[in-house]
Amino acid sequence: MQFFFEVLIGGLLSGVMYSLVALGFVLIYKASGVFNFAQGAMVFFAALTFVGITELGVPFGFALILAFGAMILLAIATERVVLRQLVNQPQITLFMATIGLTFFVEGLAQGMWGASVRGLEIPGIQDEPLEWMMEATGIGVSKFDLFAAGVSAILVVVLAIFFNKTRVGRALRAVADDHQAALAIGIPLQDIWRIVWAVAGLVALVAGVMWGARNGVQFALTFVALKALPVLIIGGFTSIPGAIVGGLIIGASEKLGEIYIPPFVQSTFGIETSLGGIEGWFPYVMALLFLLVRPEGLFGEKHIDRV
Amino acid sequence: MLYREAGQFKASYREDQQIFPIRQDRIAIALILAFFYLVVPYFATQYWLQGILIPTLIFALAAIGLNILTGYAGQLSLGSAAFMAVGAFAAYNFVLRVPGMPILAAFILAGLCAAAVGMVFGLPSLRIKGFYLAVATLAAQFFIVWALTKFPWFSNNSSSGVITAQKVEIFGYAFESPEAKYLLTLAVVTVLALLAKNMVRSSIGRSWMAIRDMDVAAEVIGIRPMHTKLMAFAVSSFYCGVAGALYAYTYLGTVEPEGFNLDLSFKILFMVIIGGVGSIMGSFLGAAFIVLLPIFLNVAMHALGGLVPQGISSNLELIVFGGLIIFFLIVEPHGLARLWQIGKEKLRLWPFPH
Repeated sequence: MQFFFEVLIGGLLSGVMYSLVALGFVLIYKASGVFNFAQGAMVFFAALTFVGITELGVPFGFALILAFGAMILLAIATERVVLRQLVNQPQITLFMATIGLTFFVEGLAQGMWGASVRGLEIPGIQDEPLEWMMEATGIGVSKFDLFAAGVSAILVVVLAIFFNKTRVGRALRAVADDHQAALAIGIPLQDIWRIVWAVAGLVALVAGVMWGARNGVQFALTFVALKALPVLIIGGFTSIPGAIVGGLIIGASEKLGEIYIPPFVQSTFGIETSLGGIEGWFPYVMALLFLLVRPEGLFGEKHIDRV
Repeated sequence: MLYREAGQFKASYREDQQIFPIRQDRIAIALILAFFYLVVPYFATQYWLQGILIPTLIFALAAIGLNILTGYAGQLSLGSAAFMAVGAFAAYNFVLRVPGMPILAAFILAGLCAAAVGMVFGLPSLRIKGFYLAVATLAAQFFIVWALTKFPWFSNNSSSGVITAQKVEIFGYAFESPEAKYLLTLAVVTVLALLAKNMVRSSIGRSWMAIRDMDVAAEVIGIRPMHTKLMAFAVSSFYCGVAGALYAYTYLGTVEPEGFNLDLSFKILFMVIIGGVGSIMGSFLGAAFIVLLPIFLNVAMHALGGLVPQGISSNLELIVFGGLIIFFLIVEPHGLARLWQIGKEKLRLWPFPH
């Protein structure tokens, strides 16, 4: 049982990290209806830029600000060069454009900072188990994971306030609701897009720093996006709480599934080869099962078809 | 002046229902086919055949498959490479385990296997649509590749799932030279492409388009969504499966499940988008473009040679590739097929301005 809880908590905490990436997707999808496949590349770009800047001897906090600046520049350039030209195109075209953007950003990041694997350390936070927790219950919970969960919680609260209480946030929601109506009442669409991409860039930066500190900053960071997709379909493309809940569900079920399902299947069907490594597709199948019950995800907007 | 249908009267239903109703089109197609069947094998070098023409044809076939699903039936899929993998491994196993299995029959059976798998993974499409479905098809992509790697039966117990395609032999003639392989690929692709061209204007093709344009309305006028969508998944996967079998047998010879990864799926999707969504011709143009672009970029980088350091040039390729895709989408969102159509329109009017 202890082992079960340890796996569960580890899974939930790593689920938070998936949520961080999924948040970036949700923000952009909500505000512009673009399914931004480049989010993973943005995470990679942000992390690599941040590490590159710290390697030049810039202190941690200042490097964060500089990297955020780079993400803002990227957002402005994306809006200017890609989105503005593709207004009113079908969603699949925009989706393809973001795949093109993925290649571009990946090439740009590696071209600027080199392709070698870098370490990234957050000062003061080590990936070691909490001592009092270990002593009291025997369950190991990593300090780093807790820190990551805390940061994402703060991020979600800040985003929620930003979306619900500020003028820009209200404009964002208006744009998400209806582009044309928002334009008609004088909301500058292009500014909104720039802001949303910049915010998604900030989320990517946070996710990049977290994932980079956990796994090292390397090209594999771009695959993190693939982990975030089932989170998205469970939570719904348009819901920030959905991204969090979806992340927790995926994180926990993935880790538990990886531990318990392969041995179970192997013993029931008498298969001798190891069936491990199901984490690549298990979240997707989970997400599919959810979709069969709720086609819009848990928190997605209900879609009503009219002829 | 040359390209005009004026004066070509259709006197029978048969004439009215031809695949290519305009005489100039028929002549052009005949000329193109003659060129690729008769002229190319004599003049193309081995590199051109093995490195460019065969992959282009195979990818075009896969792109036709995806185009049927995405372009005609409107169901976005990111799992086409997985269905290619099913085709490749199914063909391998049929030839391996059934004695005296003719290779073409194995290709068809492989396609049918892929179709069956495709229908299973198409089931969610009855319930979900759009990007949700696209992400759901990723389940197929990851699951199939995993299953092919994990169960050694599929690859006859070879390490890490690598299979080596058997010799291709039809009626005692061994297809070994690049020319022979090229002609075999070309023959399969021609037949299937014509079939696809025919299918999309038949009643099933029309119901696909109705579902694509608005599924609720299509249902109201009596098109069965389940039947139509699953049919689209089956036919699309059949094409991808045959393409996968060709990929293993006439192109690479040795394939592994990891070769059919998400990148390949994206590549095929790129071909469809750049070639033109909902166009058979576009699938060929898109495939040629995506196969040629990296080669062209590579040559261009080499020409720049000393100017670009080695480490940067591969990244520069990525940047240029991504940039060009965005550029293409901006300049011609309807793909190369649209340019082809505009060209035809212009030719029709020429030499008059209107």
